[in-house]
Amino acid sequence: MSVKQSRKARALNWADDRFGGAGILRTAMNKVFPDHWSFMLGEIALYSFVILLISGTYLSFFFVPSMTEIVYNGSYVPLKGVKMTEAYASTLDISFDVRGGLLMRQIHHWAALFFLIAMTVHMLRIFFTGAFRRPREVNWVIGSLLLILGIVEGFAGYGLPDDLLSGTGLRITEGIMLAIPVVGSWVSSLVFGGEFPGTEFIPRLYIVHVLLIPGIMLALIAVHVLLVAFHKHTQFPGPGRTEKNVVGYPLMPVYMAKAGGFFFIVFGVTVFMAAIATINPVWMFGPYVPNAVGAGSQPDWYMGFLDGSTRIMPAIEFTLINYTLSLNLLIPTLVLPGIMFTLLIFYPWIEAWATGDKREHHLLDRPRNAPTRTALGVMALTFYGILWISGGNDIIAVAFGLSINAITWTLRFGLFILPAIAFVITKRICLALQRRDRDKLLHGRETGQILRLPHGEFIEIHAPISEKEKAKILSKVDIEPLALPPATDRDGVAVPQSFRKRLQAKVSHFYFGDNVPKPSAAEIEAAEHHLQEIAENVEAPSH
Amino acid sequence: MSKDVSPYRPQPAEIEHEYRRADIDARAAKKAERQVALMFASSALFTVLFVVAFATIDATTVIGLPVFGDVYAFNVAIGVTMGLAIFFIGAGAIHWAKKLMPDVEVEEERHDFGSSAEEKAEIVETFKAGSADSGVMQRPLIRRTLLAALALFPVPLVVLLRDLGPGPGDERFRTMWSQGRRLLTDVSYQPIRPEDVPIGNLINAVPEGLHELEEEVKNLNERAKSVIIVVRIDPDEIVSQQGGTSEEPWDYNGILAYSKVCTHVGCPISLYEQRTHHLLCPCHQSTYDLADSGKVIFGPAARRMPQLGITIDQEGYLVARGDFAEPIGPSFWELS
Ligand code: HEM
Ligand code: FES
Repeated sequence: MSVKQSRKARALNWADDRFGGAGILRTAMNKVFPDHWSFMLGEIALYSFVILLISGTYLSFFFVPSMTEIVYNGSYVPLKGVKMTEAYASTLDISFDVRGGLLMRQIHHWAALFFLIAMTVHMLRIFFTGAFRRPREVNWVIGSLLLILGIVEGFAGYGLPDDLLSGTGLRITEGIMLAIPVVGSWVSSLVFGGEFPGTEFIPRLYIVHVLLIPGIMLALIAVHVLLVAFHKHTQFPGPGRTEKNVVGYPLMPVYMAKAGGFFFIVFGVTVFMAAIATINPVWMFGPYVPNAVGAGSQPDWYMGFLDGSTRIMPAIEFTLINYTLSLNLLIPTLVLPGIMFTLLIFYPWIEAWATGDKREHHLLDRPRNAPTRTALGVMALTFYGILWISGGNDIIAVAFGLSINAITWTLRFGLFILPAIAFVITKRICLALQRRDRDKLLHGRETGQILRLPHGEFIEIHAPISEKEKAKILSKVDIEPLALPPATDRDGVAVPQSFRKRLQAKVSHFYFGDNVPKPSAAEIEAAEHHLQEIAENVEAPSH
Repeated sequence: MSKDVSPYRPQPAEIEHEYRRADIDARAAKKAERQVALMFASSALFTVLFVVAFATIDATTVIGLPVFGDVYAFNVAIGVTMGLAIFFIGAGAIHWAKKLMPDVEVEEERHDFGSSAEEKAEIVETFKAGSADSGVMQRPLIRRTLLAALALFPVPLVVLLRDLGPGPGDERFRTMWSQGRRLLTDVSYQPIRPEDVPIGNLINAVPEGLHELEEEVKNLNERAKSVIIVVRIDPDEIVSQQGGTSEEPWDYNGILAYSKVCTHVGCPISLYEQRTHHLLCPCHQSTYDLADSGKVIFGPAARRMPQLGITIDQEGYLVARGDFAEPIGPSFWELS
């Protein structure tokens, strides 16, 4: 062969001759990704995870996961000569005697916070735009599992340095284990290798933190991302976007440059934060001793809602014959999050059942066009928000000079009342927006220009809306609530109505009953005609 | 199945596209090119600065930053240079993509995910045939025993965890407090005389012998259970106590000892308000009234704070009358 190949071509050839896959590569490179700022939230989560892997691996070179007591003799003077575990001492060493160690610790911790924020907001985007619907339900479940694992992983990491704050967190964990009915004492004894705190727990927590959970998360993330590629990304409605296509930039080169570049941006910002903003200064808290506690200690933000639920739970404890059931711990720390995450995981099926909508969806909903879902989401967020605020009830009490008793009672009632109010308000707003969309289609948009008609009447000029906006509004899908099955059969004999069918019809009404339908084709045509006339009218007087 | 009652869809409009400055103006394109190159060059420069900072700056110097407070100069220097070096790679790449790479959106078809009906039917057939050949439906005995075996198969994996720890014994019901054991101040391990306990202050105490025990067993398990607080309350203000008789009271002239471990989830309690005799837990704000048997007056804790009966020994130091009468710390199943 005399045809000279470029070096790049030769390398590709070499690889293809061994692994094949030119076809796959071609499909991959031509893959189209729609562009929208909210589609970057998942990317931030992914990149933060990568940053956690990199910084975590670095930390594991220096961190000693051991509860053996030693006397500190490093370069942080205030703690010289103090007895502490090797875990805490090595964290101090990372912070003061390994150059760049403090930076890496702070990168790791900031990345953990960003990771959980990004996952949470990403999930909200998916929820409010209906991106979890068929065929993407399984990816919604994987995402929910990742969120739960992320919370557990973050909490485990927070416990590793064995400083006063992390030890207090572990003590609370032990208390929660003890509250598990029947087996609680067993669970605690096995996990801690005997009594609390023992000497086994940190080495065990370490393996969970650096191997077990990250391993599971890595596998889940791989499947998650592959499924996104397989399903092709959803897109927002707009000109040229349909359920049957995907419009955006090809992977090579635009998306590659943007997504690749974005990784460096996220990484750069994380490092920058770690450079200037101190986080978890463990040297100020001192080593863990079971008889000391830092006043006003707060957990990382993602644990706040559990702290809050624990704080506002009334003191209910039962004795059953000879056994004790601590509902004051069981409900806020195990039952409540269990229910919350179960509802989260199964929401796609709950909605599909309630609405009877089992079709595929690739065009995203505008939140206003799914008012009940949007209102349910805001309701859940309000509930979560109040739990989260409850985690700071003492801070609020001090800041506003109120009694902690009054605040706690307000929050207890607020937890049930405010979400309901949030639901109603959100739904009203969505329906109002729907009405406005309908008006825009039928009467055009308001221009703010006032015109005096020949016979003296004043009108505001309405101009037709842009094609882009029209496509957006017309993407709305109007769904009729499911009808009740007929009460009698053809011969007029009463048919027993199944409870499930009736319930489903009710729920479906709840979802779609007050939908504001978009105008029909004929109405739009008439409206366009009318706008045309006005436009001519407007021009006429100037002659 | 729900139905869409508004099947009206406009013909999909054209995908819109607007030209950018750099698409039509060669000078603008050149400028964008220089900007991108400048960002990449800045990245390289910051990497060099990082190495310089790492090698030259003293790691112990503290500087004050607005908003962020006192931070280590070394950490700021290496972090800012490293952060910017990384950031500018990303900024350059994105600027490049936005200004210079083709920004024409393209369309890709979606295909159905499900296989064709024939394919699905074929799979079902193959599965049925396989299942028939195995005879699993005709031989319930095999089927059921197999299911039982599979259901039991994880059991060893769980049983193997048995020796993670020694199973709960009675250690949750007792601490090292015993009759005549002295109260020592925490940290300095000095015995306490009644006159050392002022009204108002809270003294942290541990049992005599704890220090030696810890040297021996090398864990903090006993400390986590036996830490107590000692307060003095005007005897007239004491409403009730958890035990004792008029001859053998659990207080000593108004000096009371209580566990320091919150009965909610076990945080050590630290805040004491002398005027009201209230003890407040910093974790979830459970509040106990020490003048009234340590009962819970607010918060999520359900059990009162266990009291330790005390008196003095022949040398006049405070000692325990015995162990706690009820378990300290969080509740558990076997508690009552
Ligand atoms: C996937 C998500 C992860 C999260 C959310 C996370 C979170 C955390 C947090 C919050 C800390 C406490 C840091 C501090 O001292 O302030 C921590 C510590 C630590 N993490 Fe991670 N981490 C993750 C993954 C990893 C991985 C993959 C590794 C190792 C391969 C790792 C290794 C470590 C080590 C060694 C420590 C203790 C050192 C120290 O605290 O300074 N982490 N982690
Ligand atoms: S641990 Fe004391 S109130 Fe929760």
